[in-house]
Amino acid sequence: MKIRRLGMLAAAVALIAAACSSNTTDNESAASDEPAATTTPGATAGTGAAAPAGDAPGVGAAKVGFIFVGPKDDFGYNQAAFAGSEAVAAAHPDIEVITAENVPEDDNATRVMQKMVDDGAKIIFATSYGHLDPALKIAADNPDVVVVQQGNVITGTIPPNAGTYFGTVYEPVYLAGMAAGSVTESNKLGFIYAFPIPQTIANINAFELGAQSVNPDAETYVVNTSNWCDPAKQAEAASSLIAQGVDVLTQHQDCTATITKAAEEAGVMVIGYHADASALAPEGWVTGSEWDWAALYNDIVDTALAGEFTGSKYNANFRVGYKDGANPFVQSAYGPMVTDETQQEIADELELISSTGSPFAGPVTAQDGTLLFEDGEVPVYDEIESRNSAFVEGVIGEIPQG
Amino acid sequence: MSLVSEVLTGGIRGGTSINYAALGESVSERGGVINLGTEGSMLCGALAAYAVAAESGNLWLGVAAGAVAGGLLSLVHAYFVLSRGANQLATGLVVLFLGLGLTSMFGVDYVQALAPTFKPIDLPILGSIPLIGPIMFDQDALVYVSYVLVPVLWWVIYRSRWGVLLRAAGERSEVLTANGIGVLRIQYIAVVVGGMMAGVGGAHLSIAYTKAWFENMVQGRGFVAVAVVMFAARQPFKVAAGAYLFGSALALSPALQSRGYGINQFALDAVPYVVTLLALILLGRRRANETPEGLSKVFDAPTVA
Repeated sequence: MKIRRLGMLAAAVALIAAACSSNTTDNESAASDEPAATTTPGATAGTGAAAPAGDAPGVGAAKVGFIFVGPKDDFGYNQAAFAGSEAVAAAHPDIEVITAENVPEDDNATRVMQKMVDDGAKIIFATSYGHLDPALKIAADNPDVVVVQQGNVITGTIPPNAGTYFGTVYEPVYLAGMAAGSVTESNKLGFIYAFPIPQTIANINAFELGAQSVNPDAETYVVNTSNWCDPAKQAEAASSLIAQGVDVLTQHQDCTATITKAAEEAGVMVIGYHADASALAPEGWVTGSEWDWAALYNDIVDTALAGEFTGSKYNANFRVGYKDGANPFVQSAYGPMVTDETQQEIADELELISSTGSPFAGPVTAQDGTLLFEDGEVPVYDEIESRNSAFVEGVIGEIPQG
Repeated sequence: MSLVSEVLTGGIRGGTSINYAALGESVSERGGVINLGTEGSMLCGALAAYAVAAESGNLWLGVAAGAVAGGLLSLVHAYFVLSRGANQLATGLVVLFLGLGLTSMFGVDYVQALAPTFKPIDLPILGSIPLIGPIMFDQDALVYVSYVLVPVLWWVIYRSRWGVLLRAAGERSEVLTANGIGVLRIQYIAVVVGGMMAGVGGAHLSIAYTKAWFENMVQGRGFVAVAVVMFAARQPFKVAAGAYLFGSALALSPALQSRGYGINQFALDAVPYVVTLLALILLGRRRANETPEGLSKVFDAPTVA
């Protein structure tokens, strides 16, 4: 009897651990990272006390905290955000920048951020989509602290000391889609994504619309991995898409090396995301989109330091795009297969998007034939993500329903 | 490629790392020690293989490094369980976190490193067998090694003298002791060999399957391996079948999606775990009698021979 009990117990432990492994492990590494790494040793709390009084959140911050959902060198999203935090440190020598990697998107994030606040941080950047709820909790508990979140959208009333910000990722993705549409020979493009969140759906749609704009026959096949970074799932997704005849692969994942290398090895082309990974695919690199957060992070910090956060454009769901001239999401370098003609077309489109155009300039038709954007309509940034509620025509695959 | 053959091909490709780890865990459990640190050994193997392959440019040196790293981590487990009488399950979990922490720390430099990787090799005659040729024989070298390993391991466990000693160590260690054979040494070897095989599984993940090192990249596959071992009753052929079953369940989702099928993604993601749970429920009762008695030691006062 004993034996059987043991077997069942061990099996249960094994399965629970397997199903929850990412959580458990993230907790562990978050805990070990908690004595947050210091990027710039600098001013002590004294600076904060000496700062101009007043109750504006973020004023006189001596420390700025950043939390990342993954490690700071993932060849992708977290690395770009970390580089942004370093830029803040470089531009503000008197401010101490504290960072924590591998912070899961749950109550652990609340704990890590509260620790940063307790240590004197008055401006907090929560840089992952799922960090929003913990971030709002911190904002509610600490009215003197500015909490900004990267990539999500606050629905309902926006607290005076909180906000979200992001680049308009779909703009460079649309341009990359144009490149993909022009280089594909099979007219089948592959898009590997993590979760069907509005930002990702907008990306997939922009990619397909960009490809269609230069190649009406181009279709985008989508596969999701339900994980921001599970290289084995990425490898399987890549090989499934390649088996379907896809000859240009792109992705919306946090770690990007596996898919890039899988494409290169299979002799198909690849479009990057988050970071310039052209070194991983010297043959097949077409182009991509990458982050440059420095200017935006610094402007948010400066706005908060000046006591002007509340009521500013950052005290909102702030989306910055080409129209403002400072999209933190920029185009990567082109590979050799992109002709001068295509590059010129893309440059022209960039100019149009920067002035009067939009990747989602109507008419945009969903898979089921309904109009997502009316004919002649040029949607504003605020509405684009929320109105991308369905895949557009030309995307092959369905949005998974939970 | 048809859906079925694509899923099965993906099942072997994706199941191989689990297969290695589960075969290793079978050896360990045959000797009477459960090692929940398998996941950690896989992580160590994945990093060591990737790092050594990147530095040396030699894939097989990478595999060897993966085996050594996986074995070293399992040695920690063996020491605490066998020599210090610690609880097997708790120690295994601690060892897992040790492996996770070590690889996160030392792995930083290799996230961006470029390493050579194993490529699929289409075997000349075998590859042209209808149906199974493209599924089984257009894989990478480590997959082929695992094909050979399964029968070899079966022979070692059931037909060799060492296998008798191993099973005796797990079932009736007092018999070995009475015959003047050191149980401890056999169990140490079993755990370390198990860890080495898990390390090779990790190596397959990093330098063959995903072509990258990334923190926590094993993502629970080590625990799946332990579960596979339980429902396969530590028998190598069944272990391999279980690993491929799990691999196929993982391959099903992208294969369906890339064909544009509308499916409930979240239900599909649960399939591998549901399959494993069902197998455990259905087979668990019957298999219980075959469980090496040494595995129950966790509930007894440690009796180290």
